[in-house]
Amino acid sequence: MFQFIFRRLSLVIPTFIGITLLTFTLIRLIPGDPIEVMAGERGVSAERHAELSAQLGFDQPLYVQYFHYVTGVLQGDLGNSLVTKEPVLSEFLTLFPATIELAFCAAIFAILIGLPAGMIAAVKRGTLFDHSVMTFSLTGYSMPIFWWALLLMLIFSVNLGWTPVSGRIDVVYWIDDVTGFMLIDSILSGEEGALSSAIAHLILPSIVLGTIPMAVIARMTRSSMLEVLSEDYIRTARAKGIAPWRVIIIHALRNALIPVITVIGLQVGILLSGAILTETVFAWPGIGKWLIESIGRRDYPVVQGGILIVATIIIVVNLLVDIAYGIVNPRIRHSR
Amino acid sequence: MSLLKLENLSVTFGNFRAVDQISYSVNEGEVLGIVGESGSGKSVSSLSLMGLIDYPGKVSADELTFMDQDLLSMPEAQRRKITGSDIAMIFQDPMTSLNPCFTVGYQIIEALKTHQGGTKKELKKRAIELLTLVGIPAPETRLSAYPHQLSGGMSQRVMIAIAIACNPKLLIADEPTTALDVTIQAQIIDLLIDLQEQKQMGLVLITHDLALVAEVAHRVIVMYAGQIVESGPASEVFSAPQHPYTQALLASLPESAAGKARLEALPGVVPGQYDRPKGCLLSPRCPYATDHCRNVEPASQGPLERQVKCHTPLNAQGRPAA
Repeated sequence: MFQFIFRRLSLVIPTFIGITLLTFTLIRLIPGDPIEVMAGERGVSAERHAELSAQLGFDQPLYVQYFHYVTGVLQGDLGNSLVTKEPVLSEFLTLFPATIELAFCAAIFAILIGLPAGMIAAVKRGTLFDHSVMTFSLTGYSMPIFWWALLLMLIFSVNLGWTPVSGRIDVVYWIDDVTGFMLIDSILSGEEGALSSAIAHLILPSIVLGTIPMAVIARMTRSSMLEVLSEDYIRTARAKGIAPWRVIIIHALRNALIPVITVIGLQVGILLSGAILTETVFAWPGIGKWLIESIGRRDYPVVQGGILIVATIIIVVNLLVDIAYGIVNPRIRHSR
Repeated sequence: MSLLKLENLSVTFGNFRAVDQISYSVNEGEVLGIVGESGSGKSVSSLSLMGLIDYPGKVSADELTFMDQDLLSMPEAQRRKITGSDIAMIFQDPMTSLNPCFTVGYQIIEALKTHQGGTKKELKKRAIELLTLVGIPAPETRLSAYPHQLSGGMSQRVMIAIAIACNPKLLIADEPTTALDVTIQAQIIDLLIDLQEQKQMGLVLITHDLALVAEVAHRVIVMYAGQIVESGPASEVFSAPQHPYTQALLASLPESAAGKARLEALPGVVPGQYDRPKGCLLSPRCPYATDHCRNVEPASQGPLERQVKCHTPLNAQGRPAA
């Protein structure tokens, strides 16, 4: 098992180099220059521009800038935002809990609905339930996030008035930022109704963000389950005379979960990138909204640093998925 | 006393009759061989005994009783109490018949727990006994092995251990040695017969291997296209086959072709859903078929213990009687 983890870890290094190189180059390929964006319509004189460039190190050749950037990253320094002058890491850490909270709730929504739906669809294949699950999940998968978000917002927030339109909590509450997670902080604050307000604000964004992963999980579970149900060992299990639910939950699901776990892991990337759109539509103060705004401001260090951290998270999650995969599937654990 | 009795059992998938009105019985302590080529309904009929035929398959019978209990009319849950404990089954491919995600011990103990129960310690002790009984060395350590760590022969021994865990009165072995190599085949069969004699189980042995059936079975049933074409004591059926199909099966054994340039073969294949002939199902392939055979389906004839489904059963010289 140790060797298995070590082997996976060694693959992380080239990925890491690739990410820094890509974000560094790509953000510089976008037309526009951070100093001019900062100055806005007022414009900036040529001398002042040169002075600021030298100050921020933009006058040096690109490979030198990259070298400085990477040495900084290796020492844990992601640089400061060009706009706020705050360290990128501390900005990230302030905003990240909001995104985690949203992504976590979306993932819970996706798994709680997607797994059982896919499972039941497989067991009851060919029935109306099966067809509905497959149709809904295909629809959900094909729906553009921003459109789906606006649609739900129009129906449930504007017309029915069941859920709030945007934000994390009603403005009447003042919640101290203890953990950064609104659900926890609202309980800690002791204010009446704060928690239910926080939950109400989470519902629509979670559904919107969780829809694509839910569709993917449902379809994957169904096809994986269908394959497993026709295996010989399922027949053996039934020949033992054990109850049908036990055959499905214990014998079939465990095997069917192996590919599904991989897919759930891959969805973390989708959740974080989907969060960019969802957060923008719902004015959710997380890293998605932060990154979008930084790109608009050509805030190079924030974009580079933010993407690097997000990419690292995705890598780590995939590593954890690989390990979980080894736990569920003994054939992987034992292979050299 | 007969353990299992079936009367006109059919298994249909839509319009297709995979098993067509077969009747037989198995007595306590008896080894019944079922032979026939692929597609003759051997496996499907035995799966129907276990209640393992899924939709769209339909099982019907005038009688299907196990120890005088009607298996078809009893509720599912009650039937599951019999399945896996009083009637157990082992399958063709041991390598895929064990769940890859669970240890050998878990899979044996699960069978014990479902039907007998007991403390964790007792169950473990019983599982070790079972593994010893089926001839697995170092059973204590094997309990925590996963199926992929076992060879085919070992896997089949584990399957047998699971099947005999609850002391079944009837064991169905569906081609238990087909996927194994020859030396292991003999060991597995020896083990099965040993256990059968020790525990006085009824054993239904489904196989392609005619020599094996001739050696170990008390009675034999020959199936063709979902029907029983001939049945009787193993020695009689093989020494003096009365049905042309049984004769052809025996003639196709490599041993019968000693000294000849080519092996004997029965041309053609078992009829499927869309090419079922009108009269006798064997008539297109039968060397003795007459127009009568091609138009009228024969009924089973002869005494109950020696039946043949043919218009013109073969005589002792291997020629049609009429």
